[in-house]
Amino acid sequence: MISRLFEILSRRIDGPLMVALVLTVSLGLTVVYSASGGGSLDRVIGQGRNLAVALAALWVVANIPPQALMRLAVPAYVGGLVLLVGVALFGEVRNGARRWLNLGFTTIQPSEIMKIAVPLMLAWYFQRHEEGLKLRDYALAAILLALPVGLIVRQPDLGTALLIFASGFFVIFLAGLSWKIIVSLGVTGLALLPVLWGMLHDYQRRRVLTLIDPMEDPLGAGYHIIQSTIAIGSGGVLGKGWLNGTQAQLDFVPERSTDFILAVYGEEFGLAGTLVLILLYVLIVGRGLMIAANASTTFARLTAGAVSLTFFTYAFVNMGMVSGILPVVGVPLPLMSYGGTALLSMLVGFGVLMSISTHKQLVSS
Amino acid sequence: MVGQALRDPRRELSVFRNRLTVAGVLALVAFGLLVSRFVWLQVVQREYYHTLAEANRISVVPVVPNRGIILDRKGQVLAANYSAYTLEITPSKVGNVEKAIDELATVIEVAPRDRRRFKRLQEESKNFESLPIRTRLTEEEVARFAVNRWRFPGFEIKARLFRSYPHGEVASHAIGYIGRINEGDVRRIEAAGLATNYKGTDHIGKLGIEGAYEKELHGTTGSEQVEIDAGGRAIRALSRSEPQSGNNLLVTLDIELQKVAEEAFQEFRGALVALDPATGDVLALVSKPGFDPNLFVDGIDPVNWDALNNSPDKPLNNRALRGQYPPGSTIKPFMALAALHYGKRTPEYAISDPGHWMLPGVSRPFRDWKPGGHGMVNLHRSVVVSCDTYYYGLANDLGVDAIHRFMTPLGFGARTGIDIDGELPGLQPSTDWKWQRFKQKWYAGDTISVGIGQGYWLSTPLQLATAVATLANGGNAVHPRLVRGVQDARTQEIRELPIRAREPLSIKPEHLELVRAAMIDVTKPGGTATRVGQGAPYLVAGKTGTAQVVGMKAGEKYDEKKVKERHRDHALFIAYAPADNPKVALAILVENGGHGGSTAGPIAREVFDFALLGKRPERRQKLGEEDGPGD
Repeated sequence: MISRLFEILSRRIDGPLMVALVLTVSLGLTVVYSASGGGSLDRVIGQGRNLAVALAALWVVANIPPQALMRLAVPAYVGGLVLLVGVALFGEVRNGARRWLNLGFTTIQPSEIMKIAVPLMLAWYFQRHEEGLKLRDYALAAILLALPVGLIVRQPDLGTALLIFASGFFVIFLAGLSWKIIVSLGVTGLALLPVLWGMLHDYQRRRVLTLIDPMEDPLGAGYHIIQSTIAIGSGGVLGKGWLNGTQAQLDFVPERSTDFILAVYGEEFGLAGTLVLILLYVLIVGRGLMIAANASTTFARLTAGAVSLTFFTYAFVNMGMVSGILPVVGVPLPLMSYGGTALLSMLVGFGVLMSISTHKQLVSS
Repeated sequence: MVGQALRDPRRELSVFRNRLTVAGVLALVAFGLLVSRFVWLQVVQREYYHTLAEANRISVVPVVPNRGIILDRKGQVLAANYSAYTLEITPSKVGNVEKAIDELATVIEVAPRDRRRFKRLQEESKNFESLPIRTRLTEEEVARFAVNRWRFPGFEIKARLFRSYPHGEVASHAIGYIGRINEGDVRRIEAAGLATNYKGTDHIGKLGIEGAYEKELHGTTGSEQVEIDAGGRAIRALSRSEPQSGNNLLVTLDIELQKVAEEAFQEFRGALVALDPATGDVLALVSKPGFDPNLFVDGIDPVNWDALNNSPDKPLNNRALRGQYPPGSTIKPFMALAALHYGKRTPEYAISDPGHWMLPGVSRPFRDWKPGGHGMVNLHRSVVVSCDTYYYGLANDLGVDAIHRFMTPLGFGARTGIDIDGELPGLQPSTDWKWQRFKQKWYAGDTISVGIGQGYWLSTPLQLATAVATLANGGNAVHPRLVRGVQDARTQEIRELPIRAREPLSIKPEHLELVRAAMIDVTKPGGTATRVGQGAPYLVAGKTGTAQVVGMKAGEKYDEKKVKERHRDHALFIAYAPADNPKVALAILVENGGHGGSTAGPIAREVFDFALLGKRPERRQKLGEEDGPGD
């Protein structure tokens, strides 16, 4: 009976990936406890609840065969797009950004849906056009990508827009967009940088400038980054010990349980801790890329590849920002930061990966 | 790839895998970059960031020492500390300070005086300093504010030590006061290299004993290492070095005697200095009117400040040390000594006083205060009846430079060196002085007024007191002092401050005896201060004096009843008692008091009665009412 239940639960679960995920998530809960001041389990319990929901979603998605996921791609994408337009027209403004949509019974952030919907949609698109991809096909794909990204940039939510752009770009890249075009697009992009700079909001510019010289404004824009690097650096090789980080426990690290949780972790667990975390991320990304490499359809390959690389991007952008080598954008540390939405979209992504990894025979037969 | 016509799954797969490999390698490189960043931060730069983190969390807070207290010679407390709550505002943390104070006024009482004082403090200090808006909050007020605390960011209740002067105005000029450290004080503290010791201290002695003995009273600042959070709140103490309280001062004043002396002035302005002639200890130091030093402690509000500063009575001026008055006839005993010293008069030599004296070659007479004169006057009588005519001739015979030479060792014309600041030197004129000051020749006529303590001669009441103390103690120069001992805060041990050696002056005892005998007769029937000695069980030696306020033309008759109060003469009196074994020597000046005998004399009597007999006046007559013989 128990083994039967275990069989049902684990049939569509990719073992190595699951182990790495569980380890990382557990590490995350430990640090969330410390980051919430230690002594209160509220946040840990809250995050545990988020985790339960996200794992359930992962299991459900993992049990959906890739062909069915493919059929969901267009509705998810179109629905997401409609909601984004809805945000632009009727969205709620919070902290100066129009990102939320009030549906009457709950408030949602439609850009989160697009994190999954965009790679699915593009992978679906390339699967449909797999016989002979022409430049025009790539151009159309670029438009499919540009629509949601453009709407999210306008909210404004540059961080999410960049990540969604990255997930879409990974699909296009993996689909085989010629190097010549990639290079020329890259060069054009660089040439357009001054124009883009002019289009940035003041606070966004300040974030970039802060990265170059955080001491310019140590109590304002530079404060986050200065305090988080102090936290990480002062952790040393072995860290100050769990619950013993002075920067974290005395409130010097801002947003310590969400976007800046790495500062708490780095301070309390030291270089040993950060290396373990990077190793876990490498294992997760590596396993994801393996699943992609062995997937049997174009859709599955592209989706799996894009999900894995997007995960990598999250991890890299957050760690880079908290350690002071990338500008501050609102990106949580995947599987570690407190917060339900990001965890949910992340694990749904891994659900897709697991579905692809465990439905191979069915597809190829 | 682009433009590829036919599908080739294997080729397509290899393209995909190539791309995947490229992406994977890039990801590894990116993670490698992060690893190197972490190694840089956590291994190479670890010390640097560790230091920064410690600096973040550890704050060194100065622990201010308790200020030493001030005790009078009988152990009565003159300046003490008490702990009370203050409500302080850091203006830089408050947007609209005015509005915030208005809002505060709805929670606890804020008097207009508090607002004025705060405004003044704000103008004088930097924006990030914490300044008191209310002091001495009651427990209830503290509780009421605590409940509403969230409405007032930048406001903080602090428990602080306050200075209090329990006797208020009494002896205010001697004790002085402490006030908030201003920019000038900061410069002085820094110049003295004491900046570290004054961290956290916001008050400093400004005047009097509080000012002069700041070094003893302040103590040594301790420090406490505390762990603070990002909001600056102290979480726990890490280590502490205790402050060392300031030393207590034992002063020479007798506060009860001081009170008697101040009350004896009634409504008059003036000064009194009472000394122990043997030691120079100041028993009472009066300057009337005084002020309440408690007003200055928390920063004085502009209304009170203006009232003190602009009053025509000049309550902030320490008349005892800084009032420079013509000493008038009080210098006659010293002039008599000079006459004997330089052999210009014998005790027996007598003049027949016609009521005026003529300077050869000058047609206008110098008049005696008594129309018609005193008849036959020898040295003894010249002091007893205060004969001006006698001294006109004497001064002329001595010459101003001999007078200057004789008076200087007695302390005239120079600061006495009392142990508080602000003393003025007075003026003992000489031909050199006049030449340097005015580039003018000294005229014989100038000397004549100097002979009766007028003209250029100016003395402070303190100088007169030290001079009369010299007569009392048998001719030794006296150095007045207000502090006699320092009590160590830790050991409670008392360190007596040495009495500055008294230099014997070259006055012959027999000369001194003659003058002292004359001064005793001043307070006996027939003398100018008969009332002082009337019915006293001890002998008083004294000398009256009158200092002109309005310059009178020689020969003009002075009618005090017609002169406005402010233009009336100052009354002076110097004395010591008991004359046969002097315990107290004093000098009194009563501004616009009229005659020394009738106005200053009764004050002396009250002081002597209390100092020698412990007797307080039963019924006080109005000063100057009973008009005895003049001068």
